[in-house]
Amino acid sequence: MATKVFIPADTTARSLGADDVAVALSGLKAAQTNEIELVRTGSRGLYWLEPLIEVETDAGRIGFGNVTARSVCELFVQGVPPLEHKDCLGLIEEHPWLKQKRLTCARLGVIDPLSLTDYRAFEGFIGLERALKMSRQEIVSAVTDSGLRGRGGAAFPTGIKWQTVLDVSSEQKYVVCNADEGDSGTFVDRMIMEGDPFMLIEGMTIAALAVGATQGYIYARAEYPQGIATVTRALELAEASAYIGKDILDSGKSFHLEIRKAAGAYICGEETSMLESLEGKRGVVRYRPPLPAIEGLFGQPTIVNNLVSLATVPDILVKGADYYQKLGVGRSRGTLTIQLAGNIKRGGLIEIPFGVTLHEILHDFGGGSASGRPIKAVQAGGPLGAYIPAADFDTPMDYEMFKGIDAMLGHGGLVAFDDTADLGQMARFAMEFCALESCGKCTPCRIGAVRGVEVIDRIHAGDNPVENRILLRDLCDTMIEGSLCALGGMAPFPVLSVMKHFPDEL
Amino acid sequence: MTPDDPRHVNAQRIETHEIHVITDDRIGRATEIAISLVDKPGALLPVLHAIQDELSYIPAEVVPGIAKVLNLSRAEIHGVISFYHLFRTQPAGEKTVFICRAESCQAMGSRELEAHAKASLGIDFHETTADGAFSLEPVYCLGNCACSPAIMINERVHSRVTPDYFDELIRAT
Repeated sequence: MATKVFIPADTTARSLGADDVAVALSGLKAAQTNEIELVRTGSRGLYWLEPLIEVETDAGRIGFGNVTARSVCELFVQGVPPLEHKDCLGLIEEHPWLKQKRLTCARLGVIDPLSLTDYRAFEGFIGLERALKMSRQEIVSAVTDSGLRGRGGAAFPTGIKWQTVLDVSSEQKYVVCNADEGDSGTFVDRMIMEGDPFMLIEGMTIAALAVGATQGYIYARAEYPQGIATVTRALELAEASAYIGKDILDSGKSFHLEIRKAAGAYICGEETSMLESLEGKRGVVRYRPPLPAIEGLFGQPTIVNNLVSLATVPDILVKGADYYQKLGVGRSRGTLTIQLAGNIKRGGLIEIPFGVTLHEILHDFGGGSASGRPIKAVQAGGPLGAYIPAADFDTPMDYEMFKGIDAMLGHGGLVAFDDTADLGQMARFAMEFCALESCGKCTPCRIGAVRGVEVIDRIHAGDNPVENRILLRDLCDTMIEGSLCALGGMAPFPVLSVMKHFPDEL
Repeated sequence: MTPDDPRHVNAQRIETHEIHVITDDRIGRATEIAISLVDKPGALLPVLHAIQDELSYIPAEVVPGIAKVLNLSRAEIHGVISFYHLFRTQPAGEKTVFICRAESCQAMGSRELEAHAKASLGIDFHETTADGAFSLEPVYCLGNCACSPAIMINERVHSRVTPDYFDELIRAT
């Protein structure tokens, strides 16, 4: 039987040459004589080792990191390389970096993303089969009991949102997946779209069954062409096998699911703006109330969840709410998909129960900065998150603990900066970005962000710095209190954090 | 169309630059696309994407046709096109180079890369080289943040892009 060799086809792995490795390998004698069989997978997220190829052995998969088209030829010239090979990383699942708790991301880098057989072999669709035997209330209660909170950043309890949609009676309800992953330092949505799309489809179908929705949309950012292509194909395959469509697994229940491509507006990651966009309009935010759960897409009750939240649901039904709820700390239950980025030596995806400290992530997993210089600050939770100074790196990753240091855990995206970074310029960029991406509906955001850039420029130019700092704080206050949504309401957070922790820079 | 209609000015400018001449074919094709997607709820974004995928941009001349099919005003469609960064109203170059300007890439030197790219291609963001080979666009995150700085050329992402590597990629495309 042919030995399976797994090569990631994930965007980042491909950007580092994974396709060249695959081409080189398929040209070798071992491939042409069917001694080896090539399987393209997603990525496990050990990005500093990509292209990371894995070889199936009786003991498990063994890994080879930073492989090139040339090195793969040397590796396989005598056939399948042995575990004792000098370049072998050993059994990949025992790799120290993978001492994580992979639940939502368990299949990433393991399966062929478009193989239903693979998906089913790794617990796929068990959650859906269970959901089909449960009442709507039982499904919603399981999600509530799991303690799952929105993984997009706002951390609102997912079960409560679902309960609201369930409790509204309506002919038509919708499930919308927010796959508009626009924040810098985040890539787990993309990894799941490219590496395990059936999990997302299954999660959305369970959500639909839970509230009685018959139509769903995945709103995906256009900057992820490969993710969109993979999900599009997965939707076709899932429908052909009746996991979605007009009669789900002979249950008589229907759920139609479609992917929609965004068009590069950051604000469309805000849920009401996303709904406007799905309706074919400018992505201008809506006043709330009414909540989207009551009057959402096309005025109907709508579940709007982040991609990771939806993707977590199948596993909650498989392992039980209790299992999931027991992981984590405080009110942050389960696992967080931490995305480690920026100036970091070993960047990638770390799924781990809440409660791990920033220090452990940055140093034990991350290995310090890529430049070898001290890490000066970390921006957590995307462009609207605070810059956290090294003095706070002992903070456990927990929504409330982060709030306690005036920061935001958000979706678990971390961007590291070394001591050469100009955080005064980064603060200016926060305002510049807000000005560029503001939908324009409310004045504090639309005008405030423009004025913010100007005031910061004056401070940097030494123009009345004392008065202008007071003015900047005042402006931040107005934006925080007066903006309609999180864009204007949170863009001041990175600015204020730089003023507080790095006063020499702003 | 009156002479001071901005669409008229637009069309003239395109013609004098000999980049693209708007023909009735394009208007007809855009209308066909709109008709094929009209039954989708909230069809406008899918329609605009499909037109741009085919024509590389959304010519102002096609707007009245799609407005009629979708039962929207021309102003509404103009409003949507101008709201979203990725919709173009001018033809794109053969290759579009997106340079990520977001925080993770800035932490790894994207500001220098951006300056280098502009100097090396001789254009600013939202411009196309005189030979029509490259358009340069900013992008705010490609989801490649563990290997910053990142750029994307025609849907292909590249990691850890230094100025030298940028030049190499441009030469190779």
